Amino acid sequence: MELFAALDTVLLSRLQFALTIMFHYLFPPLTIGLGVVLVYLGLRYVMTGDRLFRDAQKFWTKIYALNFAMGVSTGIVMEFEFGTNWSVYSEFVGDVFGSALAAEGIFAFFLESGFLAVLVFGWDRVGPKMHLFSTMMVSLGSIFSAVWIVAANSWQQTPAGHHIVPVYRRGEPWVVDGELMMRAEITDFWAMVFNPTTVIRLTHTLTGAFIVGGSLVASVGAWYLLKNRHIEFARRSLNGGLIVMTIGAFTAAATGHLQAKITYAYQPAKMAAYEGHFETGPGHLTVFGIPDVKNETVRYDLSIPRAYSFLLKEDLNAEIVGLDRFAPEDRPPIWIPFVTYRVMVGIGTYLIVLSIVAVVFRLRNKLYTHRPLLFLFVITVFLSLIANHGGWVACEVGRQPWIVHPPLQWTGGEPGVGDVVVDETGVVQYDETQGLRTTDAVSKAISGEQVLGSLIGFGLIYGLLFIVWITVLHQKIQKGPDISEDADTSSASVEDLLDISSSRVSHSKHMIEPNGGSGA
Amino acid sequence: MIAMTSWFTAESLPFVWFTLIGCLLTGYLILDGFDLGVGVLHLIVPKDETERRLSVNSIGPLWDGNEVWLVTFGGALFAMFPYAYATAFPAFYTAFILLLFALIFRAVSMEFRGKMHSKLGRRMWDVGFGIGSLLAAFLFGVAGGNVVSGLELNERGDYTGSLMDQLSPYPLTCGLLIVLLFTLHGAIFLYMKLTGDYQQRIANAAKVSWVLFAIVYGIVTIWTLASVPRATENFADVPALWLIPAFNVAMVGLTGWMVWRRFAFAAFLCNAGSIASMVILLAAALFPNLINATDPAMDLRIVDAASSTRTLTIGLIVVGIGLPFVLIYTTIIYWTFRGKTRLESHSY
Repeated sequence: MELFAALDTVLLSRLQFALTIMFHYLFPPLTIGLGVVLVYLGLRYVMTGDRLFRDAQKFWTKIYALNFAMGVSTGIVMEFEFGTNWSVYSEFVGDVFGSALAAEGIFAFFLESGFLAVLVFGWDRVGPKMHLFSTMMVSLGSIFSAVWIVAANSWQQTPAGHHIVPVYRRGEPWVVDGELMMRAEITDFWAMVFNPTTVIRLTHTLTGAFIVGGSLVASVGAWYLLKNRHIEFARRSLNGGLIVMTIGAFTAAATGHLQAKITYAYQPAKMAAYEGHFETGPGHLTVFGIPDVKNETVRYDLSIPRAYSFLLKEDLNAEIVGLDRFAPEDRPPIWIPFVTYRVMVGIGTYLIVLSIVAVVFRLRNKLYTHRPLLFLFVITVFLSLIANHGGWVACEVGRQPWIVHPPLQWTGGEPGVGDVVVDETGVVQYDETQGLRTTDAVSKAISGEQVLGSLIGFGLIYGLLFIVWITVLHQKIQKGPDISEDADTSSASVEDLLDISSSRVSHSKHMIEPNGGSGA
Repeated sequence: MIAMTSWFTAESLPFVWFTLIGCLLTGYLILDGFDLGVGVLHLIVPKDETERRLSVNSIGPLWDGNEVWLVTFGGALFAMFPYAYATAFPAFYTAFILLLFALIFRAVSMEFRGKMHSKLGRRMWDVGFGIGSLLAAFLFGVAGGNVVSGLELNERGDYTGSLMDQLSPYPLTCGLLIVLLFTLHGAIFLYMKLTGDYQQRIANAAKVSWVLFAIVYGIVTIWTLASVPRATENFADVPALWLIPAFNVAMVGLTGWMVWRRFAFAAFLCNAGSIASMVILLAAALFPNLINATDPAMDLRIVDAASSTRTLTIGLIVVGIGLPFVLIYTTIIYWTFRGKTRLESHSY
């Protein structure tokens, strides 16, 4: 018991949150990305009557449903953990953050899970148009869900639309141990939802999700081509996935750039951690290096001189705020953001290169037979998922030591333009009442023993689920789509014949007709 | 901001929301109640693979929409009563983590069971589905029993008791009560969805569930009256409140009668009425508190736990816009999947 008493509830709770959210975050990008694919396939079926689109939609729906079940059941954990492990945080932000979560429940979850029933089980019960409508509602629900969650998360990074006020109890200010209890209260709902980073963060996050969806479809298509199975289905999958990926990769780079700029403006310490930028001054862009936190430098630094200054301020000589402007207790950890940020950017670059190469091969009609390239597509879905996780981890760990990041001031008043306002020792002063430190946010009524127990429990259960999930996913992909009895020869109603002729036309011309990318 | 009518004042809003989260909780218990019950029955009644698939598929399109009521209840509690959320969730840490495990297991069991090629694999997920449902129902009852009888809270609103304090006989009996209530609810629902021999056995299961439920219901009622004084204080002050338990008893009785007469839909409605009146009973027992403390000075009152007037108002607008849609498409979906459960190529 002595041992357990010494266990750090903050550290364990952080580990637990990291584990549960990272596991959960496998599924939302998959469902958001695949949802758009399902809408596209449903739409094409209703428009053309080509059975292959319906068969493809049925196939992907099964995979969607599997991921959805995983996403829902691991998502409810996140909501509970705010209360169980981070109750002081919940008290501090509930008034602000809560309305976004409630809106997510009412506007997104009901929509998503309600119409999912029709999408998954309704094939024989509703007509194709109602089915398409349900597919759209499911996809819309998953995107709404991202909107509210990203808005709430962005508020933690760049709070707006609120003020900090004392809490009242029994009509009197609530004082515990001589300390006045404070909380954030909303003053402007839309300013809270559209706080300075919401829009750009949402765009970047959704782009990441579309890339994951696109690369899953392309990956499965490439796998079948390698195995010489379901050829027509596989070609269309690879083609559509490639289009989504290509648009997605370029959009991700553009939105990522904008997000870096806005991160610098509002959370320069986080940006400095990403780049291992210890000393205020012109910034180099480190391609490779090993941060040496103790000596405040990056070793084996392979960098492009001044590129960082140029990217952030379009000026090679611009001064970039470094970690030296921050007191040691206000600095984020360096290693995790530095590495994960590089993983994200590195994979992003790879995706751009792969897309360009693949498009060139596609135009020369060599993509479907180029085995090494096909193999790259098979593994790219994992890399896309890793990039998504890398970006998120960098963003969240970079926010530390704050769970709610207090705003900081710049000389000249505009964020990111001048220099940060510092005190006589040259260090940024945060208004602690405006923010909340992660160490202060943890529940007071829980013991390290309890958290350790639950952490182990989650570890075991999620480990088991991961294995089963991968196994079932693998089985489903191995089994492949149920392609209807080839419509070309049988079922010869006039309408069918018309459909076949139109689908033949689209087969023959889909080399030049980009038939994917509806959602990117 | 919309103009507030005289109903929605700064003073009344916390109570409006107290009513609304009560409605969300009622919606959750009525809807997820039957699919949790189907899970409990899954351990006992179905005899072969077809029957198990029929059970699972009877709730297949519905369960996860039902669970959203819980998510939204949690979200609304977080938003509108952050202090209640921050008090109850750490207090029930172990119970709620177990609840999460249970809910995860039952959710993925339904998805995974049909994909298993071996009989053993399927049985494993069948048991996961059943135990998960049973445990979830039980834990809801335990938590409810503790909230009524009072938690040990300190000045800051933090729980100071231990896990063992929560496992005293009264809350445990409340846990059993909810398990039996949901089993009954699930059996009535299944009766509506099934045919033939399996339906006959479910009819018997419904009768047994009702008898056991009625016994435990009687025990809990007497126990509450006799030795949980905090739960009956309001009833002494406002005798009219006795109409609620009277209505509840009537509903329980009617449910039994309908079960024996095999008026399944009527039985379902009566049991739903019984669940709703239990939530109203809980609310009447707690009022004006949201969480009872063992020391009344530490009670968490509705007004003190509530968010600011602005947040409560925004929440009301959100619900006002969203809830009609939710009700419309929930109805559409239940209508789409009405009638007897059929096994199709897209079933689990």
